[in-house]
Amino acid sequence: MNTTLYTRREWIALAIVAALILIVFPVTMDVFRLNLVGKYLTYAFVAVGLVLCWGHGGILSLGQGIFFGLGGYCMAMFLKLEASSPENTAIQSTPGIPDFMDWNQVTELPFWWVPFKSFPFAAAAVILVPVVFAYVIGAAMFKRRVGGVYFAIITQAIAAILTILIIGQQGYTGGVNGITDLRTLLGWDIRTDSAKFILYFVNAVLLIAVLVLGQMVRMSKFGRLLIAMRDKEDRVRFSGYSVADFKIFIFCLAAAFSAIGGAMFTLQVGFMSPSFVGIVPSIEMVIFAAVGGRLSLFGAVYGALIVNWAKTSFSETFPELWLFAMGGLFIAVVMAFPNGLAGLYRSHVEPFLAKLTRKSPPSPAPDTAPVEAVKLAAE
Amino acid sequence: MIGDYTLLEFSSILAMQGFAGLILFSVFVLMALGLAIIFGQMGVINMAHGEFMILGAYVTWLCSGLVTAYAPALFPAYFFIAMALAFIVTGALGILVEWAMIRHLYRRPLDTLLATWGLSLILQQLYRSVFGAREVGVSLPDWMMGSFALTDIIEVPINGIFVMALTMLISLAVFLLMFRSRWGKQVRAVVQNRAMAGAVGINTKKVDRLTFGLGCGVAGVAGSAFTMIGSTGPTAGQLYIVDTFLVVVFGGAASLLGTIASAFTISQAQSTMEFFMSGSMAKVLTLLTVVGILMLRPEGLFTLKMRR
Amino acid sequence: MSDDTPKKALSATRRQVLAGFSALPFMGMLGGKVNAADYPTAEVNTTGLAVTDDKVTVGILHSVTGTMAISETGSVQAEKLAIKQINEAGGVLGRQIDFIQEDGASDWPTFAEKAKKLLVQDKVASVMGCWTSASRKAVLPVFEQYNGMLYYPTFYEGLEQSPNVIYTGQEATQQIIAGIDWVVQNKGAKSFYLLGSDYIWPRTSNKIARKHIEKLGLKVSGEEYYPLGHTQFNSVINKIKLTKPDVIYAIVVGGSNVAFYKQLKAAGIDMTKEKPLLLTISVTEDEILGIGGENIVGAYACMKYFQSLPNDNNAEFVKAFKEMWGDEIVIGDVTQAAYLGPWLWKMAVEKAGSFDIDKVRAASPGIEFAKAPEGYVRIHENHHLWSKTRVGHALNDGQYEVVFETADLVQPDPFPAGYQ
Repeated sequence: MNTTLYTRREWIALAIVAALILIVFPVTMDVFRLNLVGKYLTYAFVAVGLVLCWGHGGILSLGQGIFFGLGGYCMAMFLKLEASSPENTAIQSTPGIPDFMDWNQVTELPFWWVPFKSFPFAAAAVILVPVVFAYVIGAAMFKRRVGGVYFAIITQAIAAILTILIIGQQGYTGGVNGITDLRTLLGWDIRTDSAKFILYFVNAVLLIAVLVLGQMVRMSKFGRLLIAMRDKEDRVRFSGYSVADFKIFIFCLAAAFSAIGGAMFTLQVGFMSPSFVGIVPSIEMVIFAAVGGRLSLFGAVYGALIVNWAKTSFSETFPELWLFAMGGLFIAVVMAFPNGLAGLYRSHVEPFLAKLTRKSPPSPAPDTAPVEAVKLAAE
Repeated sequence: MIGDYTLLEFSSILAMQGFAGLILFSVFVLMALGLAIIFGQMGVINMAHGEFMILGAYVTWLCSGLVTAYAPALFPAYFFIAMALAFIVTGALGILVEWAMIRHLYRRPLDTLLATWGLSLILQQLYRSVFGAREVGVSLPDWMMGSFALTDIIEVPINGIFVMALTMLISLAVFLLMFRSRWGKQVRAVVQNRAMAGAVGINTKKVDRLTFGLGCGVAGVAGSAFTMIGSTGPTAGQLYIVDTFLVVVFGGAASLLGTIASAFTISQAQSTMEFFMSGSMAKVLTLLTVVGILMLRPEGLFTLKMRR
Repeated sequence: MSDDTPKKALSATRRQVLAGFSALPFMGMLGGKVNAADYPTAEVNTTGLAVTDDKVTVGILHSVTGTMAISETGSVQAEKLAIKQINEAGGVLGRQIDFIQEDGASDWPTFAEKAKKLLVQDKVASVMGCWTSASRKAVLPVFEQYNGMLYYPTFYEGLEQSPNVIYTGQEATQQIIAGIDWVVQNKGAKSFYLLGSDYIWPRTSNKIARKHIEKLGLKVSGEEYYPLGHTQFNSVINKIKLTKPDVIYAIVVGGSNVAFYKQLKAAGIDMTKEKPLLLTISVTEDEILGIGGENIVGAYACMKYFQSLPNDNNAEFVKAFKEMWGDEIVIGDVTQAAYLGPWLWKMAVEKAGSFDIDKVRAASPGIEFAKAPEGYVRIHENHHLWSKTRVGHALNDGQYEVVFETADLVQPDPFPAGYQ
């Protein structure tokens, strides 16, 4: 690990994010609102992945919903099997299988569902299934040097196809309804308020871990290569690096992040449906990253929180106007603020703060001191 | 299958099935042509393509209402007026959008994709606020409905023939415009080398604007034609967008010929399979094949050779 | 142009005048006004619902944006009309109904989120809402966990019976069997081609239809499903022509409907000739607006309500609905079922003498609504409605003419034996 992982400024930013989601939200919100925020934060996983692969790597994927959905479905399959014990499903013609299978005259658990009875398998699948899928897509595309807009629309097409597949194969996937009515995780009822509270913290801690991991990637040599690749791909290639492998790696990493978000979504919301896999959610997730600032990992978290919060409150007060606002946001963020909130912060708030600090320098927070010392020493 | 039917019945159905495939082909070409023009020539992905099509459909609907109310005598021919109007209105909106939005983003193609997505959301809500959330029914003149009965079994739907004829006409017009006109030459020059084209005196901005307008206009005509076979509602554009993108991507996005070839392949595959299995399965199999081929050949069927 | 926006612009005075007229027929319904003072809030609301001395809050949860807004608009309008009429007739236990409307945005997780918001944060006394099965499945765990009451208006596949839902639409057996019996007896149908959009409702419905057809000793000549939103039906139309069934049994939904009927007509299948005859359970007057009356004339539909139903209740209902939402509007089966929701809830509350969910639930079975536009309905122990099933014949103007009505109320049977 690199000692200059974070600059002082970034330490403060990390501390603020952590304080916000670990302390401020839980203290000020009731369980209902907290659960909502928890749901928004699951989208932040996707946005963080997008910051890495789009902002830094220049790879715009419009199919992140695929990985969010696959992660979520893997988790949902495990939970559904646990909820479909023979006692719970006694009224079905075949007890012991998920209810939607029974409705579709499936009389036996399909073989590929069977391993999902095991939690370790399901937990591994949450990450592995999406990553393998991402690897296949990435390898096929990047090895043949497909990129840019073309990559974006192919991922989008794949998202659409997967949605149709899931909806069409309803006997095995729950179809358009999705996998619903999930109850317990290893016997622990995930629907109670206390469970929601605990899951929120699990989610928050995972998100912070993902942020730190993302920062490690960003600050490593690989991170610098990513930027170089984005700006002058050929030069990197001519310097002897395997551009395709780097791209595949970052795409898989973004997929893994999305998948964790999807699994946490399933746990917190209690169901998974194909409406997360399609084009619309995938593009919405891009806008979270864009609003936060496509180069800023922390921005991704704020982007996800703010857009979703706006969506909820806007659609409560003016449901008819919501799409106008959302559409306007897309256009504005692209045309007027291409670097999103992080860019605005840097261009407006920071100079202002700098002016303030010059007048009365605040005492540095204790945990930032060592880094500062290192920095000073380095200088 | 032949067991239960006479040879005549079976061959008649086969003929009709082939015809159904051709109609599907025409529909795909009509949907994808506008998108392919814009993407192929300008590198811009217009995510609001479906909404431009629906604008064309709404224009047709308004037209049918106005004609019925003020000039019932014109009703049998109103559809042609409506299509022309649809072209003009959507083309004009396209030019406006290019001027206000797209031209600022030529250097950032990925961003045009996001911005046009935003535009599509706005248009959808606009349609909902103006025309209502429910679908509207477009009434057609009598001569466009019904079918010719060639034999007892073979019946050819008139609107199918109409769509096919329209597709041919529009494809021909686009071909002439792109490859036989002075303006088309300018467009191709700009695509190949923008700076050089500018240097020899081509007004590249004007070319861009008109190309975008043309693509949107073609989408509008497609939307107008689809009122014969599909629904017109604020979100109906989304029904077409997946198929449209697949056709364009599969064809190799930069090639108009590729688009037509891919529309033909996908439509024939789908309509043949639909006949032998359930529609849902046919769709999935078609899509899976398309993705499989895309995995092996991500550039699509036809590609322009260019350095990446 | 059937949106509610133009009407919103009406001046307050005109709205009040209109409201006054439309409420008149309902005034005498309860046999005297209930006085809120007789029902102290502390007694009628022991679980902390949003009930005050003069107000009770309910939720309306439908999609006003997204693809489902097309279908759900009518339900929202019907529920608002019912609430307005109840208020004008004195409210519920002397309290005026206030509603909070939330947008499900055609997105199932949003439905779950909003349902939770209505129950947990707004503490609404009941919710009128949902349209698709998927949205109902998404909100169901929320209603069961937080003990809310949902009035669900759509005809649906059955296979469900929640203590927290009153199903005001028909479940599949109610809607299907009577219609098939009718075409068999009156039209001499011998073979059926089953066709549907690919999701749970059409599939379950066709399963019930197939069992019934086979039980009658008749033939199913084909069964087909197309993805939601599919717009090309020429292949299946060819298959229908090849197999020559007596009846096309169509359960196509949404935008696909428009494409299907237009293409059917273009392919030379004239439904007025009834060779083959077309019987649908998914096309209400609302859908015909998009399809166009001339494209579906001659088809038969089997459901419990048609706008043209000739009875006094319905005449009043249609008049009030048009006064509130405009003359152009049409009313379909689900819209009428949505209208029942607030009334059934009001009656259950007043029978229970309490807004408490548990008491309302206990009071619900046996509630009778004689003034229902569709005629008399009664809540069954299984939370579905006893209702009559009718067959309508589509006319050129987009309306149905009722050609058949079951003699008795049909018993709801959400878990039909042997169909599962």
